[in-house]
Amino acid sequence: MSGLTRRAVLQGAAALGGLALCLRQSGRIVWASQPPIYGADADPGGVVDNPLVFVSIHPDDTVLITVHRPEMGQGIRTSLALVVADELEAQWPRVRVIQAPADETRYGSQDTDGSRSMRHFFEPMRRVGAAARMMLEGAAAAHWGVAVAEVVAERQQVLHRGTGQRLAYGELAEAAMRQPIPEPAQVRLKDPAQFRYIGKSSTRSADGADIVVGRAVYGIDTRLDGMLYAVVARPAVLGGKLAHCDAQAALAVPGVVRVVQIPSHPLPAQYFPLGGVAVLASNTWAAIKGREALQLQWDDGANRTYDSQRFETVLERAVRQPGKVVRDQGDAMTALQKGGKRLEAEYYLPFLAHASMEPPAATARIRDGRCEVWAPVQAPQATRDLVTSLLGMKEADVTVHVTLLGGAFGRKSLPDFAGEAALLSRAMQGRAVRVMWTREDDIRHDYYQAVALERLEAVLGPDGMPLAWLHRSASPTENATFEAGAEGEDQTEYGMGMINIPFRIPNIRLEIPRVPAYTRIGWFRSVYNIAHGFAIQSFLDELAHAAGRDPRAYRLELIGAPRRIDPRSLSDNWNYGESPVLYPLDTARLRAVIERATREAGWGRPMPKGRGLGLAATYSFMSYAAAVVEARVGADGAISIPRVDIAFDCGAQVNPDRIRAQLEGSCIMGLTLAMHGEITFKDGRVQQSNFNDFPVLRMPAAPREIRVHLQPASFEIPPGGVGEPGLPPIAPALCNAIFAATGRRLRRLPIGNPLSSRAS
Amino acid sequence: MPLTLRINDRSVPVEVAADTPLLWVLRDELGLTGTKFGCGMGLCGACTVHVAGRPVRTCITPASAAQGKAVTTIEGAGHDRIGRAVQSAWLALGVAQCGYCQAGQIMSAIALLRDTPQPTDADIDAAMAGNICRCGTYPRIRAAIHRAAEQLRGAA
Repeated sequence: MSGLTRRAVLQGAAALGGLALCLRQSGRIVWASQPPIYGADADPGGVVDNPLVFVSIHPDDTVLITVHRPEMGQGIRTSLALVVADELEAQWPRVRVIQAPADETRYGSQDTDGSRSMRHFFEPMRRVGAAARMMLEGAAAAHWGVAVAEVVAERQQVLHRGTGQRLAYGELAEAAMRQPIPEPAQVRLKDPAQFRYIGKSSTRSADGADIVVGRAVYGIDTRLDGMLYAVVARPAVLGGKLAHCDAQAALAVPGVVRVVQIPSHPLPAQYFPLGGVAVLASNTWAAIKGREALQLQWDDGANRTYDSQRFETVLERAVRQPGKVVRDQGDAMTALQKGGKRLEAEYYLPFLAHASMEPPAATARIRDGRCEVWAPVQAPQATRDLVTSLLGMKEADVTVHVTLLGGAFGRKSLPDFAGEAALLSRAMQGRAVRVMWTREDDIRHDYYQAVALERLEAVLGPDGMPLAWLHRSASPTENATFEAGAEGEDQTEYGMGMINIPFRIPNIRLEIPRVPAYTRIGWFRSVYNIAHGFAIQSFLDELAHAAGRDPRAYRLELIGAPRRIDPRSLSDNWNYGESPVLYPLDTARLRAVIERATREAGWGRPMPKGRGLGLAATYSFMSYAAAVVEARVGADGAISIPRVDIAFDCGAQVNPDRIRAQLEGSCIMGLTLAMHGEITFKDGRVQQSNFNDFPVLRMPAAPREIRVHLQPASFEIPPGGVGEPGLPPIAPALCNAIFAATGRRLRRLPIGNPLSSRAS
Repeated sequence: MPLTLRINDRSVPVEVAADTPLLWVLRDELGLTGTKFGCGMGLCGACTVHVAGRPVRTCITPASAAQGKAVTTIEGAGHDRIGRAVQSAWLALGVAQCGYCQAGQIMSAIALLRDTPQPTDADIDAAMAGNICRCGTYPRIRAAIHRAAEQLRGAA
């Protein structure tokens, strides 16, 4: 989709009274008159592969490579840049990475979620580098007056084969810019055997050296002349409004400059600021003290009675009656009533907060009718659109600089905090204002991963294999954040690991009950795959044990022979927005990661009492992941995890070391949510506030060994996602391991450490 | 109140409210933004610096408590050989993901190695338990501390 079309979509959405459509994670607006489009082409913003946009070379031979995707720890500033550098034949030590500001018309899609950056931009960035290399070769050939076939670019020089003459890129850059840009079809990509950086693990990180000396700049680090520091008191209940504000004591705090009300946006919340009262001061501490001194009264609004514990009964009722059928194969309901061993189980996932180490923070300044924003955002263009709309400015007059993100995990896809900064700067006649969220703000006002209750039923045949499978998933939809009254998962949500089970079961029925949302719902790393993966991978373990079978062998038999499945044949018409032809579900790859992880983990080895191995394997974001967790459970219920083996297949591998790092991190995050993560609501308010009551895994509890086993890479296979797909198998693998160790089945997260009595 | 702080071997006068945590003096007054805010309650370690050689959570330490003592932040961590060894091990093993918590991790690791040149895994657990990393870099942090210890032993 071109930038022009994206804008048309945006205007269409605005005409309907919201900016929601441009933000929807599916990123797909399907027009009836057009054939389906997939991948990056379907993303708002689409693809740009013009080398002049991404590459410039200084006369001193410095190569500047622009990375248009935000960096949040996934290493994309290094990985995309090294793809360009490799095809360009640049020397990595001479490469400098430039972070693009928000501008999807110029750069293509910048919306960094859904594990899409390498999936969608590996090939375009190869073309960028290769086209620039060809332009340098063309310029050198012209300079020497020889045919372009006689010259070759290597290691940042162009060589004339006949004479051995060389010209450095820095000497050629200016002339090269005037060379025609090769048509995409004429761009000569390298043979992957010639790659120097792609697929290697030795490339120096673009930001590592700055990080270890404290020089790396995150959103919270922005400093501008005359800048004010702001913290905001927001309504504790979603939809609440300020009823009364007495700011006298706050204004008396030394350093406090001004108290400013931010209007509350009517629900749905979308990505607008929550409203409230901002305290602006000459330093952060004064702002925090000033906020403490505010005397505020709120009208809590309709959500004031929301109670997540009571909501569990709503979820229970929902999964115990029929819902919307989203996949129906054979006649599961009849088969479930027939004889045979029958199992049913319900699995619970609570709300989750992202708790990135850098809380939301953003800075804005307005000068001469132009607004500049500095923010750690995953969705730069959405941020620019929001600020444009809030300030009533023209898009051309709004610049969003993307800083480093100190973690994000989906939270920073929704730029409400940048909107706060823009409104506050306007209230201060354009003076620079930096808004910082405290940890309490972050935990209490997140866009949460939705609570979910998953009900599974199955009937086993005489051979112990399931004859029928019923799965109902009850979870508030993220759409409710954007559309009032939206209920139940949509196809991009049940499309995450529920609908596309590739199991050889004759009768399958999948249903989505309608359940409402009373909180802001967002996207948390791997999103609905967390609940679906936990439920399905735990239930498979239960079926295997009921059948008296080894869980590994049982899974492999259920998956069946290697085959490539068109996702549409599984009623999956979304497929993460990817082409069903380019990205079929390949059961050979799923089998292979199970076989690899179990082999590496020594599956089947005798375990002492209180120790067990648990297996789970999931397919998400076009990548295959299997995890074997070794758990040790003490008599007091204390859990320790000596080792985790993860096998992973994401097709083409651009930066294997960063892939490993993402899997290690996904493992830790998966263990955190399995053991600790829980947000609860009472009287409409979040009950947690900081790392004391929303704990995350710490060094002593982390596995001593996380062994990542990357499947052999092939550039014949298009790249899959990396940032998210390592997470879904972790919680079920841990719970399956605890079952193996103790015989105790855990169907409720978090399980606690030591094991909570509530967990099963 | 006026204070004179000694930060990274430089003497700096500041004028702040008496209860101002050292964190905000470093970040807002002095522009030393390498030290990070994470929780404000001494729970996460992102704000760790050394005061008189000891790791301290600056979000809950009044700046006045540092008066007259040597303060070392991440910006000054490379001034000694232990700091340099830790930074270089961090780079060699690609520890950082988002990097936000790493200043605090590095300051805790340096303090550990100063007291315990050859730390065991249990020593590392104890010294690093106060530093949260949401990206999950713990296995590489552990490996990097062992590597830095080895390097320092070789150089000693």
